[in-house]
Amino acid sequence: MSKFVTFEIFRYDPEKDKEPYYQTYKVEIRRPGMLMLEGLNQIKWEQDTTLAFRRSCREGVCGSDGINVNGVNMLSCMTKIEDLGSDHLVIQPLPGMPVMRDLVTDVDDFFEKFITVKPYLIRKSPAPDKEFYQSPEDRKKLDGLYECILCGCCSSSCPSYWADKKYLGPNAFLRAYRYLIDSRDEGAEERLPILNDKNGVWRCHTIYNCVEACPKELNPTKAIVGIRQMLLERQY
Amino acid sequence: MSVKIEYHKFDVVVFGAGGAGLNAAQVASQYCSTAVISEVYPTRSHTISAQGGISAALGNLEEDHWHWHMFDTVKGSDYLADQDACEYMTKLAPQYIIELEHIGVPFSRTPEGKIAQRPFGGHTAEFGKRPVKRACYAADRTGHVMLQTLYEKAVAQKTQFFSEFYVLELLVNDGAVNGLLCWDIQNGGFHIFHAKAVVFASGGCCRIFKTNSNAHINTGDGLAVAMRKGFSWSDAEFIQFHPTGIYLAGNLITEGVRGEGGILLNANGERFMEKYAPTIKDLAPRDIVSRSMVKEVLAGRGVGPKKDHVLLKIDHIGAEAIMEKLPGIHELALVFAGVDCTKEPIPVMPTAHYQNGGIPTNYKTHVIKGFGSNPEETVPGFFAAGEIASASVHGANRLGTNSLLDLVVFGRTAGEEAAKYANSISFVPLAENAGQEGVELLQKFLNSNGENTFGPVYEELRTVMETNVGVFRTEELMTEAKEKLQVIKTKMDNFRVNDKSSIYNLELIEALELNNMILVSQALTECALLRKESRGGHAREDYPERDDANFLKHSEVTLDKDGNIVVGYRPVRMKPLTVEPFPVKPRVY
Repeated sequence: MSKFVTFEIFRYDPEKDKEPYYQTYKVEIRRPGMLMLEGLNQIKWEQDTTLAFRRSCREGVCGSDGINVNGVNMLSCMTKIEDLGSDHLVIQPLPGMPVMRDLVTDVDDFFEKFITVKPYLIRKSPAPDKEFYQSPEDRKKLDGLYECILCGCCSSSCPSYWADKKYLGPNAFLRAYRYLIDSRDEGAEERLPILNDKNGVWRCHTIYNCVEACPKELNPTKAIVGIRQMLLERQY
Repeated sequence: MSVKIEYHKFDVVVFGAGGAGLNAAQVASQYCSTAVISEVYPTRSHTISAQGGISAALGNLEEDHWHWHMFDTVKGSDYLADQDACEYMTKLAPQYIIELEHIGVPFSRTPEGKIAQRPFGGHTAEFGKRPVKRACYAADRTGHVMLQTLYEKAVAQKTQFFSEFYVLELLVNDGAVNGLLCWDIQNGGFHIFHAKAVVFASGGCCRIFKTNSNAHINTGDGLAVAMRKGFSWSDAEFIQFHPTGIYLAGNLITEGVRGEGGILLNANGERFMEKYAPTIKDLAPRDIVSRSMVKEVLAGRGVGPKKDHVLLKIDHIGAEAIMEKLPGIHELALVFAGVDCTKEPIPVMPTAHYQNGGIPTNYKTHVIKGFGSNPEETVPGFFAAGEIASASVHGANRLGTNSLLDLVVFGRTAGEEAAKYANSISFVPLAENAGQEGVELLQKFLNSNGENTFGPVYEELRTVMETNVGVFRTEELMTEAKEKLQVIKTKMDNFRVNDKSSIYNLELIEALELNNMILVSQALTECALLRKESRGGHAREDYPERDDANFLKHSEVTLDKDGNIVVGYRPVRMKPLTVEPFPVKPRVY
């Protein structure tokens, strides 16, 4: 069985292109279950060596390879071409982020927003000699939050994130909530004012794109609602 | 030189942002100015992929002792590990795991709220009597949570990151290491990081094999950069082939699956590990399980139309337990094998996974020379930790979970030692030609207009390494590999990089990585040819026995001044720090 799928890929090299353009490639489907990343590597290693994209772990945990295919954000390494249900795939860099080159976006701003919410355990009281005891129930509260791989698919799918360059975005909120509800954390009073800011959680319009886009099936909107509840309880 | 170079000065510069690099950096940042140079954003380093656990004799679920852990590590290494380093690591393990928990790592929990622990291959109670629950874990995302938490801690410590910077040259002046030359991948341009101390934590090299569990970035850059300056790579021939790579894809299925009760089956439905390791069966160390699997296949008991793999069965522990303890595995098996492991077994075969050797260090992470009359002599300003380094706690075969422990313990030690060293000296001036070699190397490839491109040459390289220097090795196969590698090497002199852009030129980076991978493959093959015995992960069909009289020693490989590969040997440090040495014994489980 040999079948070809068209990859129509966004190309842009600021050093030589006045503006972006799309370039079309034929990708051969060489096995059932072939992944998008295999297609991109096939192009790069066999057809056009100049294509630039990010990839590393190639198994959906490092978060390097978020791309937009036919309008949907996804990880190239975990997406089977056959599951996309089309022979013509339009491939673009993650939207809402500045394009650096081809499918590579500038993610510095994304990481800075992540850092803004103080994504680390904050303690006021001293730690015990042993580990903090955390009940399995309290630990379970972190499920659905800690699995984030920082790929940016969520924030990059969010219209509020596109419109407001200072909006912290769903990814930062997901991580903030992961620490806020950790039974070991004592940093709520430092973190909540940041989240209550005009660029914080109130700017979310519950569009749910982030939930749709997350390749790990996490729910940033739920985290945002959780943060809002904490803010209301404290009457900031 | 006519090219423009931007200069930076830091007390400590760390090469690599995986677990070892980040732990070194977050510690060093507390004492002095520290920068981390990484080819990828820190959270994209390969520690992220570690699944099953990190070992420490916490004894949260049953009695355990660091001394038992030390014994398992030494025996697991087939007695090639340095016993001072093994004692150091296993003794500090509980304290450093607690520290990780205190900075926020979300470990899974026991009913009373302690860190949960599971059994893992080769980890036993009472010096080999039975498996013990020693591996601390966060479901099957242990590396993921550790890497992200360490990154977050480093951020909190105001560590400076230079992400998507590619290291071209290690700078040395009058025998002292004092910096790195790098290429800014995003914007183009050379940067020199002048440092008082340099910590290598750049990970492993298993991308040189066709079937591997590694990330695209694991191309052995640190090894190549060090060897080009005459520094050694210790125990290069010892590559760990992890038994349970997903058939054809190579992606890892954690040993934690067997820790939770998974078993390996051949075509007759037999649990064949009972035959090869009667005491601990499927929880035997990785080298033994991998060889057993290959033996089953060679005996015609493989499964599938080609009878070329075996099965890993886990569905009997129940869907609920799988989804709670091994959710990531469930996802990987679905995507890469098309198998729902709550219902069917996963097709598996060994996959190149880990570089057991590395840049040799003493147990305090100071890089040592490895060669000469005083091989333990340290190199001023040079430290190493994690997979790139060899303290050595893995010897000929690493135990599962000891890699994460290695990067935590030695990463931390490297941070402390490098900071202490940096605060005790002034900057060694840069050599007159500092960076020239690296600039020329990059320019050679950027300006190259020959015939060969990355794709076909890389395919050739990784096929040779897999076919000729794999799980079972022979003189004949490896001699052939050596010849083929020489041919592949000459292809780099007739190379072509089509992309001339300075903005995110991935083709250029892949060319530089390929160049490094060829050197690494040649060095590895040379050491493997010369080690005429079978030990740990190095299995010679033509020399099937371990030969302690001739080969109970570390091999050391580097490049001489003319660029030729040279191999030497260094005694194993058999004396622990405080306890009695574990004498060399036959290794049975």
